[in-house]
Amino acid sequence: MNDMTTTTTSTRTTVLDATGVTMRFGGLTAVRSVDLQVSSGEIVGLIGPNGAGKTTFFNCLTGLYVPTEGRVSYKGTVLPPKPHLVTQAGIARTFQNIRLFSNMTVLENVLVGRHTRTKEGLWSALLRGPGFKKAEAASHERAMELLEFIGLQHKADHLARNLPYGEQRKLEIARALASEPGLLLLDEPTAGMNPQETRVTEDLVFAIRDQGIAVLVIEHDMRFIFNLSDRVACLVQGEKLVEGTAEVVQGDERVIAAYLGTPFEGAPGAEEVAEVEAAEADAHSDTSTTGSEGDAK
Amino acid sequence: MTDTASSRTTQLRVLALAGGIATVASTFLSWTYTAEFPGDLTVYGYPGGLQVLTLTAGLLIALFALSALGVKGLRWLTPTGSTKALQLFALGALATTWFTVIAIAVELGGVVNLEPGGFVAAVATVIPVVAAFLLPDDTRKATRPKELPSWAEILIIVAAFAIGLFVFTYGIDTEYAELFTGYLLTVGFAATALFRAGLIARLNGLTTKYRMIAVSAAFVAAAAFPFTQNTDQFTLIAVNILIFATVALGLNIVVGLAGLLDLGYVAFLGVGAYTAALVSGTTASVFDVHFPFWAAVLTGAVVSLIFGVLIGAPTLRLRGDYLAIVTLGFGEIFRIAVGNLDGVSGPRITNGPNGVPNIPDLNFFGYNFGESHTVLGFELGSYANYYLLMLLAMILVVIVFSRAGNSRIGRAWVAIREDETAATAMGINGFRVKLIAFALGATLAGLAGTVQAHVQHTVVPEMYVFAGPVPPNSAFLLAAVILGGMGTISGPLIGASLLYLIPAKLQFLQDYQLLGFGIALILLMRFRPEGLIANRRAQLEFHETDQLDVPDDKPGAGVSTAKAGA
Repeated sequence: MNDMTTTTTSTRTTVLDATGVTMRFGGLTAVRSVDLQVSSGEIVGLIGPNGAGKTTFFNCLTGLYVPTEGRVSYKGTVLPPKPHLVTQAGIARTFQNIRLFSNMTVLENVLVGRHTRTKEGLWSALLRGPGFKKAEAASHERAMELLEFIGLQHKADHLARNLPYGEQRKLEIARALASEPGLLLLDEPTAGMNPQETRVTEDLVFAIRDQGIAVLVIEHDMRFIFNLSDRVACLVQGEKLVEGTAEVVQGDERVIAAYLGTPFEGAPGAEEVAEVEAAEADAHSDTSTTGSEGDAK
Repeated sequence: MTDTASSRTTQLRVLALAGGIATVASTFLSWTYTAEFPGDLTVYGYPGGLQVLTLTAGLLIALFALSALGVKGLRWLTPTGSTKALQLFALGALATTWFTVIAIAVELGGVVNLEPGGFVAAVATVIPVVAAFLLPDDTRKATRPKELPSWAEILIIVAAFAIGLFVFTYGIDTEYAELFTGYLLTVGFAATALFRAGLIARLNGLTTKYRMIAVSAAFVAAAAFPFTQNTDQFTLIAVNILIFATVALGLNIVVGLAGLLDLGYVAFLGVGAYTAALVSGTTASVFDVHFPFWAAVLTGAVVSLIFGVLIGAPTLRLRGDYLAIVTLGFGEIFRIAVGNLDGVSGPRITNGPNGVPNIPDLNFFGYNFGESHTVLGFELGSYANYYLLMLLAMILVVIVFSRAGNSRIGRAWVAIREDETAATAMGINGFRVKLIAFALGATLAGLAGTVQAHVQHTVVPEMYVFAGPVPPNSAFLLAAVILGGMGTISGPLIGASLLYLIPAKLQFLQDYQLLGFGIALILLMRFRPEGLIANRRAQLEFHETDQLDVPDDKPGAGVSTAKAGA
């Protein structure tokens, strides 16, 4: 996969170019001068411990926040700091905690996603000319295609709130895709999913990539992210610690330290750990014979 | 075991039937000695006044009891079970009759004023209640309705709207408070009973199937109303209901679709009315102009639009409750400002508290709205002309509501209402879309105001208060929308009718009216938060177990939704 990326880089264009993005809330610097590039047809992962500033960085990219410093450009043009203009430019996103329009139907949710790609205003809605009907029909058709893509076409008339959790996540992706983005930002798309659902999501993201849409993913599920991403960037305390292929990031000591902490002075050695574990196992087997193994691990 | 149970059920149903017939029979007796109680209930062999309501309720009990007994040709009356419907009909008959009997005793000073007929009625109405509440619940899922030829289905729709017109006309034409109270009791219980029996749902199915025919039938029925009236007295009430309902429907775009809480909406009605008054050519106007009506309507609507944009532009950029506070302020500012533009406190434009009187009647190509006309052999008074004009305005608002609601812009409104952050992330320009909704609402209210100015012949600031005894005012408009059902078309129409008729008919409530509405709204929010008429979304929002969103013909779909809902 790495070979492929290097050989085809020349034909790829940079979709997203964030340089020196800094976001301060009063005295707190949530994101500190982060650079990130995403090229077309690429899946980039963004990891980091809780509170590292991943979602804040996302919000800076999508115009929900105006970065204190730095510049975000999409396909060479600097993005205006308004969410709806960012979406219009071609960046779509999903949310960490699902934010569907819960009292609209599944189909209507996707149709709302079509908003920027259709033009019909109030007058054309009131007069209902042939242009309006054509545009509505086209929107419906495209929305149904997207629902088929994520496998929810049979639930088009259901209310979004009545969908199971996994399908709500999928619907959010379909809604984002409806705006025909060049870059899709996914904020923890597999949070709360079981392994099967995660695998399905993985396939879905690959399928989206194959349509030529670049994807930037925030995720805590390491297996998922290292499987999926061409490149992974690790954000710690608002700063980009390391960026590179899965192997590079996985092997980086600073990343491990950020997630697991560094050994401190006088840390227990391996022998002492084994001793303690053995003692615990003994104690457990005295009181209860079952379930102690799981605890010891 | 089951045999005895089913025979007991049959016996109880027969008992309910007997009670219904006894109730009907009792209305042919005399209930009181004197004709002092309104409606003349002294005559044997001829029901009058409130007795007619008891008679109707008794007939309905008998009819539905027969349907429950499985009489051929009447089974269609109870697609989703008869027990609940019977209970409600029986309660309706009981409430109406006992209200009448008690009213006679209280108003005439003692039980002695009751003739035996009154006691017979009181006892007769208890029988079906006892029988119905002993019946086992037979609520079931409606089976697929039998296919009727389309002409028959259309005939059913027409008949339903004819009945609707009759019931509505009866309510407007009630001449004394007792009769109106009895009417509300009977209609309230009967409507709920029909809903429980599944008839309303079936009718809804038909009206969705023949949507255009149903809508036309509804408007034909509404247009037929003035032809049923001999005097202008009740037509004026109907015109005012139409104005109130039209404005409520406009507010429903702002509140129900876009979710913007507007507490000063009546001010836009006032802007339209004052504008129309000032350009109407009345001598009281400082402007010496006389616009033709179409120009006055346009001017009123445009001025309202301008005010809507002026109020909306700075506030709609903010989220949350700022809009409610600003609109509340604007409503009051408007009223006080027009009260002060009298030449003393400010420039003389509106004549201050005296308002603009002597607004001339409309005149279309020599057709004077102030005179009576004979149409198709019917004598139509002047308010009938305004009624029909206002009906046209309402049709316009209904079209605007349904077309705008079901389009890209309407979906954007609902999306903004649901989750503004997500909506903007989907590419919706929140400010722009909200401003369109707000300005559209203001324009429609201004349009209604231009007609209102001519109907009332005079406009004064006190017509446009936040809350007061006479609708339309901002609080009542909002109440009509919420009571009727947000986001629906028929909801605000029913809400406005009720909120106008109750204070107009029950004058004795005057002092307690606002208290009563407060209590009624609290009860409504507790038991039916989606309003009397629920739109599909709200129905599901508040009652999760109802599986209305699942189309029947999709097997297995219901199961998965139930899981998600749980």
